[in-house]
Amino acid sequence: MYDRPIARAFALSALLIAPAALAVTPADIARGYAEEAKQSIPPFSGFSAARGKAFFESKHGSEWSCASCHTANPVDPGRHARTGKTIAPLAPAGDAERFTSLGKAEKWFRRNCNDVLDRACTAQEKGDILAYLMQLSNGGQR
Amino acid sequence: MSARRQSTVQMSRFVRAAVTCAAVAGFLPPSGAIASGPKLLPATDADWKSECGSCHVAYPPGLLPAASWRAVMAGLDRHFGTDATVDATTAATIETFLVTHAGRDRSPSPTAGPILRITETRWFRHEHDEVAPATFRSPEVNGAANCGACHLNVDSGRFSEREIRVPRSKP
Repeated sequence: MYDRPIARAFALSALLIAPAALAVTPADIARGYAEEAKQSIPPFSGFSAARGKAFFESKHGSEWSCASCHTANPVDPGRHARTGKTIAPLAPAGDAERFTSLGKAEKWFRRNCNDVLDRACTAQEKGDILAYLMQLSNGGQR
Repeated sequence: MSARRQSTVQMSRFVRAAVTCAAVAGFLPPSGAIASGPKLLPATDADWKSECGSCHVAYPPGLLPAASWRAVMAGLDRHFGTDATVDATTAATIETFLVTHAGRDRSPSPTAGPILRITETRWFRHEHDEVAPATFRSPEVNGAANCGACHLNVDSGRFSEREIRVPRSKP
């Protein structure tokens, strides 16, 4: 799709600079992470839903996993592990508004990766999680 | 002045006096709003509602004094054990909203810092003194911070006594 470097650079900067003004899809956000991953990890070989699922369900040595609040089937509504507040489903199949704003996606990755891993997630990790969430359908996990 | 008008004046004086006594006794929320009144949400703000209402109820600003809100906003990177940071512009908007509509600081302490938990205010403790600790601890309630467990219309900022249903613990 982005066969010319300039088109690629434009698509990436449009995603990064104007997240609020731009209507994006989960696939657009995933493409942005792929571009980012290619820069930082030269032998980037794509995202893996299976790796994303494993990452999502792992506690990474801390108190919580992503699934602690978003459940192990993120098409369903979640529940905040500390406050008990209901959280809208995280997978796009459960809530069509999910991953339609890069700014919002980045804000929550920043906060929640810090909560679970005590560090920021890499573009590879975020793309894997997104790949996992995007292939979930309303009937449950594929 | 007619007798009826006079009795209205006397009545309003009585109400004012009663409210003042209650406020002095620490029975009112810091903003001075009547505790069991139908509205505890005099104002709203889109950023406050969306940012502060994602993980918990967007707690009405009148429930803490300005110094408390400033301290909460200064510590969003470790907000009760989680990262709740927002961008600088949004943070400034929310802090202005919270401080503008904050409650009065009725028990400032020269040594202790500002109260960060609404559940630690005298007003909160008084209002909930009939709720058993076991009820707060039950899985259905999951702690005193979860207003919506019992206050049915908390998302509309309504905390009226008539809009409460305490969930029964499953045996």
